[in-house]
Amino acid sequence: MTLTIARPAVVRPARLIYEKPAILVDRATHYCPGCGHGVVQRLVAEVLEELDLAPRTIAVAPVGCAVFIYDYLDVDFIEAPHGRAPAVATGVRRVRPEAFVLTYQGDGDLAAIGTAEIVHAAARGEHITAIFVNNGIYGMTGGQMAPTTLLGQKTTSSPAGRDAALTGYPIRITEMLASLPGVAYAARGTVADASSIGKLRAMIKRACQVQLEGTGFALVEALSNCPVGWGMTPATSLAHLAGPVVVAYPTGVIVDRGMIAHPAPDLGCPSPAHPED
Amino acid sequence: MSGMTPLELTGDERARRSRVLMKGNEAIAEAAIQAGCDAYFGYPITPQAELLEWMARRMPEEGRVFVQAESELGAINMALGAAACGARVLVSSSSPGISLMAEAMSYMAGSGTPMVLVNVMRAGPGLGGIGPSQSDYFQATKGHGHGDYRVPVLAPASIAEAMALMADAFELAERYRSPVLVVLDGILGQAMEPVTLDFRNPPRLDNDWTLTGTGASDRPARVVKSIDLDPEALEARNLALQAKYAQISARETRWAGEALEDAQYLLVAYGTAARVAASALAWARARGLAVGLLRPITLWPFPSDELARLSVQVRGMLTVELSSGQMVEDVRLAVAGRCPVAFYGRMGGMVPTPDEVGVALADLIAKTEGSSSALGAAPLRPSSDTGGVQ
Repeated sequence: MTLTIARPAVVRPARLIYEKPAILVDRATHYCPGCGHGVVQRLVAEVLEELDLAPRTIAVAPVGCAVFIYDYLDVDFIEAPHGRAPAVATGVRRVRPEAFVLTYQGDGDLAAIGTAEIVHAAARGEHITAIFVNNGIYGMTGGQMAPTTLLGQKTTSSPAGRDAALTGYPIRITEMLASLPGVAYAARGTVADASSIGKLRAMIKRACQVQLEGTGFALVEALSNCPVGWGMTPATSLAHLAGPVVVAYPTGVIVDRGMIAHPAPDLGCPSPAHPED
Repeated sequence: MSGMTPLELTGDERARRSRVLMKGNEAIAEAAIQAGCDAYFGYPITPQAELLEWMARRMPEEGRVFVQAESELGAINMALGAAACGARVLVSSSSPGISLMAEAMSYMAGSGTPMVLVNVMRAGPGLGGIGPSQSDYFQATKGHGHGDYRVPVLAPASIAEAMALMADAFELAERYRSPVLVVLDGILGQAMEPVTLDFRNPPRLDNDWTLTGTGASDRPARVVKSIDLDPEALEARNLALQAKYAQISARETRWAGEALEDAQYLLVAYGTAARVAASALAWARARGLAVGLLRPITLWPFPSDELARLSVQVRGMLTVELSSGQMVEDVRLAVAGRCPVAFYGRMGGMVPTPDEVGVALADLIAKTEGSSSALGAAPLRPSSDTGGVQ
């Protein structure tokens, strides 16, 4: 027997000031209650719509909690193996110069298994917009420690709390990437509160514009919460996000090279003629 | 490089010099370009580096895509992205690099993404060496990534054949929406042979699955993926894959035979080992021995039916490989005990000589006949201490 829920007819208000982006699919997500992924995905949908990019978007889905993102954003998608989204996106970028290419990855995907791929896509200055959702934990697999987990934080694989002597320190990968000349834009925002979400939206929009300007690689890190993985209520997790998480991962624009394409420092060498030429 | 290469010539001059000497790796690369390869992704590894270098020069000349990736993982995943957009994509590597590419191969098989991957095999295990080898037969035909999947595996025995097979490989990949492997040992990658500049660019197929962005045709969004958490649905996907593999087995099995009609003994070998076996065959025929050669061109699908047919005709088979004996397992499966199947192989970058194969053949004949009389007065001895496995 199929359960049908009668929906009230939608009454269009006389003065509509806020509505769901058309490309955001109207369905319940698989995310846990209070999870920040829904907020970030909505911001991405809003920006793609505002900049009229959705029809030419080819997006790359990660492995991790956002693995089903293509169920929520109505654009062309390809699934990448764990951590490989920036390499997959590079392949898309090179054969579809007219496309808008977007990757969406979590911190296990981008900052652990996929470090080589993200570093080199950034170093090549691929014209890709990377959305990096950092909640400091492996959510999908049950809340294990990630490279981004805070010191002292208890997870299912660091039950006594993360100990720097055993597991090293959290990685600020956005700062690392921002040091590369190929990176035109790198910023970190958070979904901790309404005002931060507004700033995060502006960062995502700028990261998309950078791709349109063709000046290099663009990355936005969105600090997010994982109430279930962190063992907190949604409200407490947001307070934790705004507190120690933002202290460990300062928010703001780290680099914005403006309209200058690849302002490479002195990294070249004289090119001698090939001996046989 | 001094002067014009034959490929830079045009018109009559090119036709006049259309038979040229080319190195295997470079010939394969050019054949892929002429077969319409849109994008190449690679990473340096011996003994296939010349393929990457040829692409680095030629692909930009043709206005096509060349990227040297950060790793074999990077290269194959770039290929996955490009192929999902409908590009005709080539990737190449050698054995250790193919191990790294195994992950994405599985994703490509699962998501039905076509791509051609060339493995210029070197000796393992581990870092092994850079000498020629066929020790990746298991990997190519039964291994690489996880999951229930197969990929067509083409195994040329000459540079000219390798060139011709590049177009076939793209065609197979696109027709069956599958990765296709072309495996050759380091000798075929490194050697130079005369080849004819006679290329084929297979027609492109219409499709309704490649990623273009929804706006291009104002259609519903497309997703290229392998995940399905519903066991029933995933089983259905697997059944569809298996049906595809059955179709490939029925239609695409390829092999070449030499002197099969009256053969009493059969050599089975592919790639460079088949060239060596052919020399041994000539030696045996010159001595009046009724020996034939079956050379699988597709390692998967394997020419099992032909081997089964021959197993009731011949008195014994000898499989020759540049490995410890991998393909011989498939030969024995096909023969199913109907005749003895012997093996001779060398490893570590060593290549069997025709003499060694002759001795192994003589041993097989002697065991089967119960004496060495069939060999005449002077049974052949190995020219050195061979160390081969039998």
